[in-house]
Amino acid sequence: MDVVLDNLDKYGSGMWVTVELTALSFLLALAVGTVVAGMRVSPSAPVRAAGTLYVETVRNTPPLVLLFLFVYGLPKAGVIYSLFTSAVIVLGCYTGAFVGEALRSGIASVPVGQAEAARALGLSFTQTLRSVVLPQAFRTVIPPIGGLLSALVRNSALAAVIGVADLTYQAERVNTAHTDPIPIFIGAMICYLILTLPLGALIGFAERRLAVTR
Amino acid sequence: MAGSVLYDAPGPRARRRALIGSVVAIAVAAFLLVIVLRRFADKGQLDADRWEFVTDPAILRFLGGGLLNTLKAAAAGGALALAIGLVMAVGRLAPSVLVRAVATSYVQFFRAVPLILLILFMGLGLPSLGLKLPVFWFLVFGLALYNGAVFAEIFRSGILALPRGQREAGASLGLTFWQTMRLVQLPQAIRWMVPSLVSQFVVLLKDSSLGFVLSYHELLRRAEITGQFSRSLLQVLFVAAVIYVAVNATLSYLARWLERRTRAGAMVAAAGAGPRGRAGAAATSTQAESELSGVGGMGVPDRMGD
Repeated sequence: MDVVLDNLDKYGSGMWVTVELTALSFLLALAVGTVVAGMRVSPSAPVRAAGTLYVETVRNTPPLVLLFLFVYGLPKAGVIYSLFTSAVIVLGCYTGAFVGEALRSGIASVPVGQAEAARALGLSFTQTLRSVVLPQAFRTVIPPIGGLLSALVRNSALAAVIGVADLTYQAERVNTAHTDPIPIFIGAMICYLILTLPLGALIGFAERRLAVTR
Repeated sequence: MAGSVLYDAPGPRARRRALIGSVVAIAVAAFLLVIVLRRFADKGQLDADRWEFVTDPAILRFLGGGLLNTLKAAAAGGALALAIGLVMAVGRLAPSVLVRAVATSYVQFFRAVPLILLILFMGLGLPSLGLKLPVFWFLVFGLALYNGAVFAEIFRSGILALPRGQREAGASLGLTFWQTMRLVQLPQAIRWMVPSLVSQFVVLLKDSSLGFVLSYHELLRRAEITGQFSRSLLQVLFVAAVIYVAVNATLSYLARWLERRTRAGAMVAAAGAGPRGRAGAAATSTQAESELSGVGGMGVPDRMGD
């Protein structure tokens, strides 16, 4: 127990890095996801195919493999980023594939009659999308995207393997110095709970606020 | 895209625009591909000798053994996780408040903690308590504890999606909670949840790559070792990724096929004793969530491996 209390500063700085890592990769994931979802519903078949290829590839590869390809593989081809940036890019692109799928199924969950009614009223494509389809899709999408965010908090721990000084990395380092794995790792788990549980409550709250009954 | 919420059936102009868009997209993609390939070629990454390892039987055997170890860990972890999941799902629906609280805390806790931390805890913590086992088991325990929580949520939503009449009929026949569960609810719920379970198994298989941190010789670790001892790290990692995609895409395809079959069965059974229409919908949404996750969600069954 003491070993955790003595190293609270390390846990604290690790938590901060985890938060930064999660926040930045989540923003990237939202951007990537929007593009991917757009591609997957595009009227052009090759664009759709490219979107599907991206999603299927990324979704079926372990994120750790992607991380290694990016961090150990690409430098051999002259592509080098800092470890933190690499982790953000890989986590963002990985999560982006799932965000894209969530957005797509959100759009698909809007009844076709809604858009037909909008078009019958003479709304243009953009107007239909902006004032009818997207507001409804957005609500359906909140729970799965929220789930992805809290999963991202946990997946960000993968960055520790390549040496980004996040919470998991710090715990491992404290363990290397003091070799008392049980309290040290339980301490780190509690830190993750401190991050994910309020997040889960927040997502649940947003879900209830935005829920629509059809 | 017939029946899409976004577009009407395209007319001649829209079709022409889509065609132009396709041509431009293909041109841009080809251009990018050429740039990337040129870049790799300039650095000698496409040279034949860097790829020679794919014809070296010793290396192929080494990597194949890695894949086998990955599958072994995933199978053992999956089997154990199924057992944990069943117990916890029933526990979460049990009449006893205490049992419910224990099962709920289990599920909440293990879904909120990074799997890699859990695996490190197993691999470094358990031996410090004097438990000496091959690394394989520490990886399996980590995978099973986390995925047990996820499976529990899948089973639970399967049980909850059954028509209430099933449980009520069991009770009115004088069956106890456990008898109703075992004889009436679980057999139906499990059948319904098979597609979700298979997709979650894909996540589990991806997660088994975390055995890397314990130096368990799964596919990724062996690819990395091969890369260290040759000049082909990038190429070996690429091949490993392709193998993962091939195995997982096959499993995902199986999951989708099973789901189509289950749903088709539901339509036949819809008039009779089969789960009501909503149960079919529930299965699908669980499946979507479960595929989403590898990352997990909150409050709903999940699974992103990760």
